[in-house]
Amino acid sequence: METAIEVSDLTVAYRDHPVLWDIDLDVPSGVLMAIVGPNGAGKTTLIKAILGLVKTAAGQVLIFDKPYEKQRHRVGYVPQRGSVDWDFPTSVLDVVMMGLYGKIGWLRRPGRRERAQALDALKKVGMDAFANRQISQLSGGQQQRVFLARALVQDADVYFMDEPFQGVDATTERAIIALLRELRGRGKTVLVVHHDLQTVPEYFDEVMLLNVRRIASGPVADVFTDDNLRLTYGGRVAFLKAQQSKDDVPLAKVG
Amino acid sequence: MDLFQQLFTDYTLRTVALGAATLGAVSGALGTYAVLRRQSLLGDAISHAALPGIALAFLLTGSKLPLVLMLGAALAGWLATLLVMAVTNMTRVKYDSALGLMLSVFFGFGLVLLTFIQKLPNANQAGLDTFLFGQAAALVQRDVVTMAGLGGVALLAMGCFWKEFKLLSFDAEFGKSLGFPIRWLDVGLTTLLVIAIVIGLQTVGVVLMSAMIIAPPAAARQWTDRLGLMVILSMVFGALAGVSGALLSAGTTNLPTGPTIVLCVSIVVIGSMLLAPNRGLIWRWLRDRRSGRRLRLEAVLLDLYALAAQHDHRDHPHAEAVLDAMNPHMGPTRRKLQALAERGFIRPVEPAQWALTPGGIAEAERLLRSRDGGEGEREKGREGEDR
Repeated sequence: METAIEVSDLTVAYRDHPVLWDIDLDVPSGVLMAIVGPNGAGKTTLIKAILGLVKTAAGQVLIFDKPYEKQRHRVGYVPQRGSVDWDFPTSVLDVVMMGLYGKIGWLRRPGRRERAQALDALKKVGMDAFANRQISQLSGGQQQRVFLARALVQDADVYFMDEPFQGVDATTERAIIALLRELRGRGKTVLVVHHDLQTVPEYFDEVMLLNVRRIASGPVADVFTDDNLRLTYGGRVAFLKAQQSKDDVPLAKVG
Repeated sequence: MDLFQQLFTDYTLRTVALGAATLGAVSGALGTYAVLRRQSLLGDAISHAALPGIALAFLLTGSKLPLVLMLGAALAGWLATLLVMAVTNMTRVKYDSALGLMLSVFFGFGLVLLTFIQKLPNANQAGLDTFLFGQAAALVQRDVVTMAGLGGVALLAMGCFWKEFKLLSFDAEFGKSLGFPIRWLDVGLTTLLVIAIVIGLQTVGVVLMSAMIIAPPAAARQWTDRLGLMVILSMVFGALAGVSGALLSAGTTNLPTGPTIVLCVSIVVIGSMLLAPNRGLIWRWLRDRRSGRRLRLEAVLLDLYALAAQHDHRDHPHAEAVLDAMNPHMGPTRRKLQALAERGFIRPVEPAQWALTPGGIAEAERLLRSRDGGEGEREKGREGEDR
């Protein structure tokens, strides 16, 4: 299978404190991969480092065998919902059209075609009725879906999503899952920072366990094991996986 | 009205009005971005920091040409901005402290230079001290032409990079991921802000110029939820306040222009905060009062429904005194009961006894249903805000 994302030796440090240490990661094309790890493990930083949004101390990133800078147009990004001011004076449709700004080029304004594309993306996330709403009127889940629509219009091959499930309602969670599956059906690759360990096997094909270093990565069935989780989270994993695990005898001894 | 007529006949007044309108419109437009990007105080630092630039430009060239002084002001303002960024990045001093530090250091240095210049045995130095509080009456055509030229360039650049600046202000990181040179856009927009500030310094003065950056956009934000309209409104407010303040100070009295303009713009801000629909305080107060009254009516109706649910017949009457006791904080319920009766939801049975009508039962059940659904949804929304 083709490799969509190839990260090698990626290291990020704030002052002399390593945030990501020597990360290697291969993501095959057409899979949904979760990045999981405890708070402060560097999940968001990993995505930002791949996208060139934070300074890296070492390492390189290839998207479909070419440096990221040359493949930018094939990459879509969904930042954390809380990273922007939702009281900004603009409409839902306007925010979605921002996903097209890179393609429109300098000195030109979005026109009728861009509006149609944005409306189309809003329809896919079930938000077309909100197109002309001011963004401050949206609930958390609706904000998330607007961000997803903005990434959809980018029409990328590789998507990076930072905690799209964070604090959203059940409707939005279902909408996101349906969308992820549709993207996979079209051969897209999606990397998702994820918090809820219990839903990893249900939602994702592959998983990367991260805690400053890469603990493991690969198909969920091979990699998402109690041993690996313990390595990633320390003893706390007993709480995290307790409900999910049926043979919890070995876990009970942990911690 | 006399003043208004003079505007078209009197050369000086016309010059003053044109200059003030220009600076108000330009600072209103660029100030919109400063306010949306939470950089209002950067405007204050830039304007204060411009003072030593003006003084040094005069000392080095001996000229009081507006372009020369504005260039000095712009360079000093820029230097202060760079130093703020450098201090924030390289030391543990936080952004707000760095701003305050640069503002006072530059301004203090500027005051020292200004005093030094005034002691020079040179007749030409007179008038530089008007840069402190501004003097619209001193505007001549040459100044206004320079202001309009620079301001026009700034507005044109803002229009050309409209979508890029919008992206920068709303979600800079996403813009960077799209491949936009976000740092250069930031530098560009800050430069435009510096231009907007320096063209107003002679008229408004370094001390109060930041009001022209902050107040018009703050007022405009009250009236609209669209960026384009906000910029236009902000320009109009800025120009209005500029012209009225400048004319008041230049025409009749010898009031310093800066403070007069600030008073005018304050009126616009206060008016907007009170009167604007949706965001205005009066509007909100009326809305809260209306919804408060509706909620209290609904509470009484639901109480009656809850009481009736304990009986076989839903239209079992209950005494007003019981309802009073159920809502001790609300005061007597009689008027609410009468209002409910007017709507056909309840009917009086005997004196001070009330029963639900079929319509009232249906309404209570509808309310209960919608509250369950509505509140669940709202809870989730709030969860999202917390993160």
